Amino acid sequence: MKKTSRFRTFILGAATAALTTAASSASAVEIEYWQYFFEARLDAMEKLIENFEAANPDITVKMTHFPYDSYRTKVAAAIPAGQGPDVVQLFYGWLNDYVEAELIQPLPADTFPPEKIEEEFFPMVQAMRIGDSYWALPTAVRSLALFYNERMFADAGIENPPANLDELVEFAKKLTQKDGAGNLTAVGLTTGMTAQDHHWIREVLIPQFGGEPYVDNYRTVNYNNEAGLEAFTFYNDLQAKHGVTKAAFMDEPQAAFKAGRAGMHIDGSFRIGALEDVRGLKWGVAELPAGPDGTKSNYASYWVNAITSKAEGEKFDASVKFMEYLTSDEAMQIWIEIVGELPAKPSAAMTEENISDPVYGPFIKGLDYARTTVFANESAQRQVMVDMMQRIEFEGQSVEESVAQAAEEEQKILDEYYKK
Amino acid sequence: MRFYSTLSISQKQIVWAWAFLALPVIFYVVIRFYPTANAFVLSFQEWNLLSDRTFVGLENYHRLFSDPVFWKVFQNTFMYLILGTPISLVLSFIIAYHLDKVRFMHGTIRALYFLPFMTSAVAMAWVWRWFYQPVPIGVFNNFLASLGFGQIQFLNSTTNALPSVLACAVWAGLGFQVIIFMAGLRAIPQSYYEAARIDGVSTWTVLTEITIPLLRPTIVFLVVFSSIGFLRIFDQVFNMTTNNPGGPLNSTKPLVLLIYDTAFNGFNMGYAAAQTVVLFTILLVVSLLQLRLLKDR
Repeated sequence: MKKTSRFRTFILGAATAALTTAASSASAVEIEYWQYFFEARLDAMEKLIENFEAANPDITVKMTHFPYDSYRTKVAAAIPAGQGPDVVQLFYGWLNDYVEAELIQPLPADTFPPEKIEEEFFPMVQAMRIGDSYWALPTAVRSLALFYNERMFADAGIENPPANLDELVEFAKKLTQKDGAGNLTAVGLTTGMTAQDHHWIREVLIPQFGGEPYVDNYRTVNYNNEAGLEAFTFYNDLQAKHGVTKAAFMDEPQAAFKAGRAGMHIDGSFRIGALEDVRGLKWGVAELPAGPDGTKSNYASYWVNAITSKAEGEKFDASVKFMEYLTSDEAMQIWIEIVGELPAKPSAAMTEENISDPVYGPFIKGLDYARTTVFANESAQRQVMVDMMQRIEFEGQSVEESVAQAAEEEQKILDEYYKK
Repeated sequence: MRFYSTLSISQKQIVWAWAFLALPVIFYVVIRFYPTANAFVLSFQEWNLLSDRTFVGLENYHRLFSDPVFWKVFQNTFMYLILGTPISLVLSFIIAYHLDKVRFMHGTIRALYFLPFMTSAVAMAWVWRWFYQPVPIGVFNNFLASLGFGQIQFLNSTTNALPSVLACAVWAGLGFQVIIFMAGLRAIPQSYYEAARIDGVSTWTVLTEITIPLLRPTIVFLVVFSSIGFLRIFDQVFNMTTNNPGGPLNSTKPLVLLIYDTAFNGFNMGYAAAQTVVLFTILLVVSLLQLRLLKDR
């Protein structure tokens, strides 16, 4: 039911957008908007553009999208050539590079006063402030939660999702299934450092074991210590000691969960849309399990919109107006409904309806205590974690040695990036 | 115009020849030589796509040769070459040799061998990736498990992953090589075989004394062609290990994937250009060596 109505909204939106563009293109200021290709994001943005154009008949917005893989390269090549977008979407971790290369300009302080932003948005957006101005703002943010398979829970006689890490292990043991020869046929909990687990370890497990993954504003690695070791050992034990999981089981963690071959799965809010479409899978969402002393933690990340240095004069004014709309409560509500990503402002996120929503609720509650990693190079830093676990699994290295080596490798990446 | 009329006929011919050649020459200079030269220059610079390029001298090369990952990747690349080229050549020769003698449904069988070559490498890699999965989804492991054998870790292993990826690549290229070998076999004049038959020579002697020596040009072409292919392997590796490209622990990572990773994940264009120059040099040296070794004396 929900699907059909969403589809209808999309068709209506697309049709109206096409009509309005055709009708008003002659007189209006046209600004260009770029984002990467992800179907739900396009649908949501089309809806937003339609609403924005209805309220601002003298402005039209032209949206262009690219495959994720080539997105950053395209933006970098186009803006200096004067060909690019006026408003651009980028990953929060890329901000410094964009500012340094003068590809984007600060948001005007009269429309976006920093104090007001800090009052209205979740604190994690402060990473977008450089000096006295904000350079970019998100419409939506994403956090982590625990997905669980309700049918498997019922079969194993488990009533509630795990509240803490001990229960997580205990339930995972009950949910794990093996064939006669001892081959895993269903895992209790999915693991895969290449998916979201590196975030879970960094910003959730390490703090829960009393540590701090990085210090010095994410410029110094700080997990090669007792707390870090405990966190990594806990993670490694899931496979090595408890046998409730296998890295890369069924190729990708989300695939195993979708296929009903995993009892529990930790993933981001962006996964909701994909899971909603799986027929016959009954799943629930819970907040991430708390640490040994009850500490809750979460990881949040976001994509932001920024005005490029290409936008000048009336295009700049139109871009500012568009940015204002993209960061409004209304836009955020539309975004959560279509994409499933969470509003970036408590005023839009913490509504009674959203918090009590069985699917969005746990993610939104997680935002309250979420942390955001400042990456120098996300994929390289993730690779360090991937290699660390694989050295333990394939080469029999001890957890201590592997963590020490990983800390050294990651520090090198950070040093190289910040030396500039 | 007066200058033109003073030219001799042969000089005029030269002028016209160059006039017609100008288009491909310009095309080649702009599309091929300029980017190549640019890559050489870039390999001495630092550039993250966004900032200005700055000269750093030999730093990129220095860093490259002291990077253990580079040496691992270098070794992998040669593993692909050293295992891939002979295996694929021997296999395709055996198939072509026997297929040449088959009369029954010859065209259909040949088409079946050629089919993988026409299929997209990405699609193939994903199907093979699925074949290689452990129980409960992998075809090979499910088969082994149903017979009561233990599972084999194909891609999820530092020792088996490279041969597993290579098997898919060899299989994919087989059809092309079979076709070329068959064309080569057909080009050998029948009279040699008739003469051998009259002399009563054994099949083995016919093979080693007539067929293989006369196939030399075909073999030279295929060795060079497939070596370049294996040195540039990318699609199969990237698609079979997308979760952890080139993994586990860099055990399947070839040079091209390292270049891709440095350029488009690390945005370290200068360093990637240095790696490209190294790859270019290897390709050049290997091709020249092979041409010299296999040259007709």
